[in-house]
Amino acid sequence: MELQLRNLSKQYPGVAALDDVDLDIASGELVALLGPSGSGKTTLLRVIAGLLHADSGTVRFGDIDATQLSLRARNVGFVFQHYALFRHMSVAENIAFGLRSRPRRTRPDKATIARRVHELLQLIQLPELGTRYPEQLSGGQKQRVALARALAIEPSVLLLDEPFGALDAKVRVELRRWLRKLHEQTGQTTLFVTHDQEEALELADRVVVMREGRVEQVGTPSEIYREPASPYVFEFIGRANVLAGEVRANRFEARNLRFDAAGASDGAARLYVRPHDLALAGGEDGIPAQVRALHRLADRITVELAVVGQERALELDLIDRADVCVPDIGEDVRVQALRYRVFPA
Amino acid sequence: MGAAPMAESHDVLQEPAWVRRTLIALAALAMLALVVLPLTMVLAAAFAKGPGVWLAALREPDALSALKLTLFTAAIVLPINAIFGLFAAWALARFEFRGKQALLALIDLPFAVSPVVAGLCLVLLFGAQGWFAELLQRHEIKILFARPGIVLATLFITFPFVVRELLPLMQQQGADEELAARSLGAGAWTMFRRITLPNIKWGLLYGVLLCSARAMGEFGAVSVVSGHIRGLTNTLPLHIEILYNEFDSTAAFAVASLLAGLALVTLALKFWLEARHGDAIAQSHRRH
Repeated sequence: MELQLRNLSKQYPGVAALDDVDLDIASGELVALLGPSGSGKTTLLRVIAGLLHADSGTVRFGDIDATQLSLRARNVGFVFQHYALFRHMSVAENIAFGLRSRPRRTRPDKATIARRVHELLQLIQLPELGTRYPEQLSGGQKQRVALARALAIEPSVLLLDEPFGALDAKVRVELRRWLRKLHEQTGQTTLFVTHDQEEALELADRVVVMREGRVEQVGTPSEIYREPASPYVFEFIGRANVLAGEVRANRFEARNLRFDAAGASDGAARLYVRPHDLALAGGEDGIPAQVRALHRLADRITVELAVVGQERALELDLIDRADVCVPDIGEDVRVQALRYRVFPA
Repeated sequence: MGAAPMAESHDVLQEPAWVRRTLIALAALAMLALVVLPLTMVLAAAFAKGPGVWLAALREPDALSALKLTLFTAAIVLPINAIFGLFAAWALARFEFRGKQALLALIDLPFAVSPVVAGLCLVLLFGAQGWFAELLQRHEIKILFARPGIVLATLFITFPFVVRELLPLMQQQGADEELAARSLGAGAWTMFRRITLPNIKWGLLYGVLLCSARAMGEFGAVSVVSGHIRGLTNTLPLHIEILYNEFDSTAAFAVASLLAGLALVTLALKFWLEARHGDAIAQSHRRH
């Protein structure tokens, strides 16, 4: 079901948790709400779920204005960060809870509920664990059970609060690929909150970057990564080098450096470039720089470069492969920026 | 620690062996002298003239009536305190509201105020010169020197037990499970019956046990409001005091042994609960 948010605002004492948020989610989309803590992403998710009420603005599920509907009436599937499984119920009872709690008129009979629980256990690939209790499950299993429990009520939207936050790194990557596949299977409109840009970029159809209660940028992972709309998004989404300078007649200039900056307005500006978008250049092209230090990581080498007239050193990533030659410390090199963005300072 | 013999262990966190043994011995001695010995003496004195006399003292009509009144009071106080304690704990654990800190402090008031003072408060309210005197007289309602007074005094004294037990437990468990139940479509009653109550039931029972031990043993506040009418408004503790003051020490100790027996049953239940459901009540347990 599609989701339409208009002018949502919520004030906590002293801070605006949400500041006039507009957002449209298409039916069947998988959307990430991305931002650092305090950016309002969790508040937004809770307002959509009905766990919190906004001070103003509207929440619409399809044709229904859900703004005034209670948590219970909204029929959303909410997966809590720490799962909130019912500790005294078995996995099967947890999953059946939503169906069993329906009013008598709309409650499915026992056999139907049992069949539905069985299907959901198959879906989350834990068909044998129906009789286990939450405390007997691993973190990843709990997460999947919480998902199945939320899906059992056939929710209009599925909302996940930091779904992988409580898991260790390896399980996290496995589970997010699994969740992506599950989403393709079910086509359930899904929103999840995360502070991990990698998670958002890998998993989501669209990413909503939030900052101080406002939506900073909405776009596909590629758009967000390649064309960040602001320095904030650029720096939040990955590592960044920053060059200070100014724009004059469609050119970014800093001392003896010149870059094409078509469309940028004149005045003081900053040029943002990612370490892997810098390359060592042969000949006389590119920025003259001197190698200051080399940092070896598992699959790459980060070269720290001093550039005349710039306070901050530049970082350049080299893939550690047999055919890549690594400069020495103190060597003078030339560097090319393959992709960069210029923002007014 | 562990496998190494105690005397040779060099764990920096451990005191030397002689210190530990001395402390343990002192603690055991204190327990023996201050708790076990007096209780044994009560039993010894109760049976000093044989089980026949003991039984006769218990079957005496005034003693039976005191026992009945004590159980009657407990039977009213326990459910009321269980229910209101649950409400109070829920409100304090789940909602933010103005005056929450004040309410938290008020809940501890019955622990802080001397029971005698609590009894005197009731006298001020319901006594012949009290605030409600006229109203009560007009409707011929007797509160002081009657059962309602005793029940009210006991309610006041034992109110904090259930709240104090449930509040930390509910705070620790958090509201997420309840919210999850609501989001899955459960109504308020279903949520309470199927999520809240099962999660706190052992803590609740534990609080009720502590409450019942105190309700049956309460002396001070009840003494002020009871009027000590034999066979009518005497609870077990009051009856024991009367017998003792009349130098009928065998009967006094016989009834005392009965009261101690009730307490021991409660204590045994408490131990069983802790052994069986220690996790669920551990969080709140350390407060007592």
